[in-house]
Amino acid sequence: MTEQPGEGAATEVAASAKDLTKTYGKGEAEVRALDGVTVDLMKGEFTAVMGPSGSGKSTLMHCLAALDTPTAGEAIVDGTSLGRLKDKDLTTLRRERVGFVFQSFNLVPTLSAEENILLPLSLAGRKPDREWFDQVVDSVGLRPRLGHRPSEMSGGQQQRVACARALVSKPSIVFADEPTGNLDSTSSAEVLGFLRRSVDEFGQTVVMVTHDPVAASYTDRIVFLADGKIVDELRNPDRDQILAKMASLQDVAAQKAAG
Amino acid sequence: MLLLTWRNLLARKVRLLMSTLAIVLGIGFLAGVMTFSSGLNATFQNIVSGSTSDGLVRPAGDVSAANAGVATTQLITPADIDKISALPEVEDATGSVDGFGSFLLGEDDKLVGGQGAPTLAFNYAPADNMAGEDILVLNEGGWPEQPGEVTLDTSSAERGGYEIGDTVTMIVPTEGQDPRRTFTLVGTADFNGGGTAGATLVLLDTAEAQEIFLGGEDAFTSVALTAADGISQTELAEAASAVTPAGFTAVTGDKVVEETQDQIGQFLDVIDIFLKVFAGIAILVGGFIIFNTFTILVSQRVRESALLRALGASRKQVTRSVLVEAFLMAVVGATLGLLLGLGLSRLLAGLFRSFGLDIAGDVLTLTPGTIFWGYVVGVAVTMVAAFVPARRAAKVPPVAAMRDDLVVQEKGMGRRLLLGTIAMVVGTAFVVVGLTGAPGTDAYWIGAGAVIWVITTAVMAPVVGQPVLLLCRSVFGRVFGTAGLLAGENALRNPRRTGATASALMIGLAVVSAVGVLASSLSATNDATVDDAFKSDFLVQMPTFQSFPAAFGDRMEDVDGVDQVSRQQATPVSVEVDGEPDQTFLTGVDQAFLDIYDLAMIDGTDQMSGRQAILNEGRADDFGAGVGDTIDIQFPGGETIAVEVVGVSEESPTTSGITTPLALLAEAGIKRSDSSLSIMLAEGADRASAKQDLEDVVEALPILSVQDKEEFKELISSQVNQLLYVIYGLLALAVVIAVIGIVNTLGLSVIERTREIGLLRAVGLSRRKLRTMITLESVAIALLGAVLGMVVGLVIGVVLRQSLKDDLTELSLPLDNLVIFLVVAVLFGVLAAVVPAIRASRMKVLQAIATE
Ligand SMILES: Nc1ncnc2c1ncn2[C@@H]1O[C@H](COP(=O)(O)OP(=O)(O)OP(=O)(O)O)[C@@H](O)[C@H]1O
Ligand SMILES: [Mg+2]
Repeated sequence: MTEQPGEGAATEVAASAKDLTKTYGKGEAEVRALDGVTVDLMKGEFTAVMGPSGSGKSTLMHCLAALDTPTAGEAIVDGTSLGRLKDKDLTTLRRERVGFVFQSFNLVPTLSAEENILLPLSLAGRKPDREWFDQVVDSVGLRPRLGHRPSEMSGGQQQRVACARALVSKPSIVFADEPTGNLDSTSSAEVLGFLRRSVDEFGQTVVMVTHDPVAASYTDRIVFLADGKIVDELRNPDRDQILAKMASLQDVAAQKAAG
Repeated sequence: MLLLTWRNLLARKVRLLMSTLAIVLGIGFLAGVMTFSSGLNATFQNIVSGSTSDGLVRPAGDVSAANAGVATTQLITPADIDKISALPEVEDATGSVDGFGSFLLGEDDKLVGGQGAPTLAFNYAPADNMAGEDILVLNEGGWPEQPGEVTLDTSSAERGGYEIGDTVTMIVPTEGQDPRRTFTLVGTADFNGGGTAGATLVLLDTAEAQEIFLGGEDAFTSVALTAADGISQTELAEAASAVTPAGFTAVTGDKVVEETQDQIGQFLDVIDIFLKVFAGIAILVGGFIIFNTFTILVSQRVRESALLRALGASRKQVTRSVLVEAFLMAVVGATLGLLLGLGLSRLLAGLFRSFGLDIAGDVLTLTPGTIFWGYVVGVAVTMVAAFVPARRAAKVPPVAAMRDDLVVQEKGMGRRLLLGTIAMVVGTAFVVVGLTGAPGTDAYWIGAGAVIWVITTAVMAPVVGQPVLLLCRSVFGRVFGTAGLLAGENALRNPRRTGATASALMIGLAVVSAVGVLASSLSATNDATVDDAFKSDFLVQMPTFQSFPAAFGDRMEDVDGVDQVSRQQATPVSVEVDGEPDQTFLTGVDQAFLDIYDLAMIDGTDQMSGRQAILNEGRADDFGAGVGDTIDIQFPGGETIAVEVVGVSEESPTTSGITTPLALLAEAGIKRSDSSLSIMLAEGADRASAKQDLEDVVEALPILSVQDKEEFKELISSQVNQLLYVIYGLLALAVVIAVIGIVNTLGLSVIERTREIGLLRAVGLSRRKLRTMITLESVAIALLGAVLGMVVGLVIGVVLRQSLKDDLTELSLPLDNLVIFLVVAVLFGVLAAVVPAIRASRMKVLQAIATE
């Protein structure tokens, strides 16, 4: 159904937005955070969402991840339309079909790394797949740290634990909102490398919001947002392309602000 | 800085409201107790001074017949009264007939006011009090003017369900007649001072009063005097003395007031202290909660404090801003508390009214003293509780403002453990001193030790409570899965907070458990004593142990199957101990009593007659008297009789310190009545039918009951339990405050953990499980408090019992009650979590995550 059959297995839709609109406030103070966004996110693809600050990246992600409800339009995850779901079903969906990595504060401070990773499973009352767990843990390189609490780990390690947690329940799609926003380049590389591998080796679907062209260059596809609309998109981008796109978007924004 | 303080208060309205509530309740209780106590005092004061005339001619002696509640046979004749009223110093002399041993029955045939307050029956003879007002004030209807008419006090008429014109039934002690007698209610009246404090007033026509109480003799038992113009009370009493007949004495009204107040004062002091102890507990518990709230508020404000410091605020300024906040909170809390106290005092008055102690509503007002103490205690407790957190806030280094995750450094647990252990040892030392009979009152030593124990445990709760919390975590984890595990972790993550919150509940439960041990030991001791001492088949008594007409015993002798009816009549008497008159009790018994009960004699014989007596060990010691010695016993009415001691017995619950033949009381001028009957059945008699017949005899006096051993045990334990429930009721307030503390802590924790809760929700914790998690954390806190409290309370209870082992011979642990307490604690835990859990589950996932 999609116009561009990708190179690999990316032919199925993992999540999609249909004319998604989200407004905040009323009347004069109304802000259109999303203004009719339509996008398909393909299975087994690593997608980046980029755009100037305030362009609606986080909002889009929250709506797709069942954390927020759109004002209009439809968000579909793994074939399920979120619009009609009650809180209970949304909770279940989040627990079982969606994984998250936030910019910071990803872990429950009272739980060890291992407990944090297994949290979605134990909340669902599911037995962890030990083999998968080991595979995930080894690929993030956290084995020696499993017994530690978040306060005993570096920011990069914490983010990797969060990534492992997002993957361990084998969700249909993983959303990451600026997962490397707080990290230095080495730690960022670790986290991004891991996300990349999860796509390549495990066929995971990952959507990541980022401002960092380096981070974006790890992805298969970049969707650009501005003023709540999708304005462009790049496939298999390299850093220079990204920088150029970003610069042009920034210019438009600056002109708008000036004019 | 003041502006900031103000902003802080406003910004944290809900949290502060909760901790203010702790002050409000604590001060409310204190103010309520103080208002109630002063109202109680005022009630009695008003009645006593409003019902006493300038002077009184009454039977001589140290034991006032009126206060002793026994009837004497000494009388004063109308001729004597004429002589007194002829004196120039005397304007008016009014003879009164004070009757004892009568009871008012309600419309439902139940005793009116049968819970301890006396029934005062006397003839209506208008007399003036010291202020020159009428002693009795008519409320409705009129006064009794002829036999068959009666005027009651307003409240008794109401409680009896009587209206004017109704037929009123009374039990009267007229010898040789049916004790039931009916009258027509012609009016209601009260003492000038307002109310009767629960006593039942029965006003009769003089001739009928004489017929009922004096066997028809035209005479009086006392005379109320009114002084002529310009005559002082002393002059009046002196003048009257000159013409007072033998066996009587004239005293000033002031002396009567003073005597009465002394006597009532002791009783009122007990109530006052009793209630203040509970107020103290409530305030202590409140203090812990305030401390805890401020600690949490301060730790949540680390960054703000650091920022202030970085901007140049001194430590002092930071401390002060917290203390000013506490001060404002205390003032608001104390103000509301005082208002609450006013309401609470009415509630207490209502409670006491149900026990037969009437307090007029208009004397329950906030006195300046109550207002003063309310504010002083409220502010002092709050400031003290807020001081440590305030200092902690000031210690925040300015650099904390720049960092994300800095927590206030707290002192290590090691030091706490060390200090706590030392304090525990000191407390134990006090207890040991108390138990081994050191100088001073044992109870004070033990009490001091117990207080140290309780407070130390409260402070050490974070350390000593660890095992309880670990157990909670593993049990919750196993039963409730991840939500349970998280709850256990949350309770453990900040042991100080959990401990301090639990402490409040701990204090309440420690007192509850200690009291429980004492009450249960008391019941066990009573049971054992009854088993040991209850030798007869049936016992006939009033639950209030008042005396009742002898007619009942006479009739029981005729019941089929009854072999023996033993009569016992108790009276207060006065015997000199070390040259001072000392009031004690004497029981007159008949031969049957000695046959049935077989007193355990240490020395001499239990066979006595005439002017002979048996002393128990304790009294023999007090009097320094042994077999063969003679002691002077002064009876109510002033008669003093020298009595020979023929035996010394072990202490027995069946009789008083002095046991004499029944006839000695008659000789001393005490009218016959019975305080207790012991009934032995003939061999082979039908128990059930005999009991039925005996019950038919007492049907006329519904409160008089025929009891076998088991029923008697039940009666005693129901009385113990009644007191216990009152104590539990008062302690409930402390527990309520403690529960508010849990609500508060949980609420604050939920706010503090907003982001974490958002995260948990994001990764799939359902609302229901979130609520479960918070509820379980609350339950863990409640269980911690309950378990610690019960352990400490049990130990204290056992120690106290040990120090009272002479009176509480049996030790019994109220294990069933403890289980109930534990269940109640869990329920309170669940209850406390309701609001915080709902708040937490209402949080929007996204907003929660975005919270800074
Ligand atoms: N809760 C809210 N209330 C009102 N307006 C909001 C709210 N959340 C977001 N917005 C507005 O919606 C728009 C989009 O916000 P969004 O957070 O999606 O931006 P973003 O692209 O993630 O920006 P950034 O790169 O800075 O994270 C912004 O203009 C923002 O001000
Ligand atoms: Mg964003």
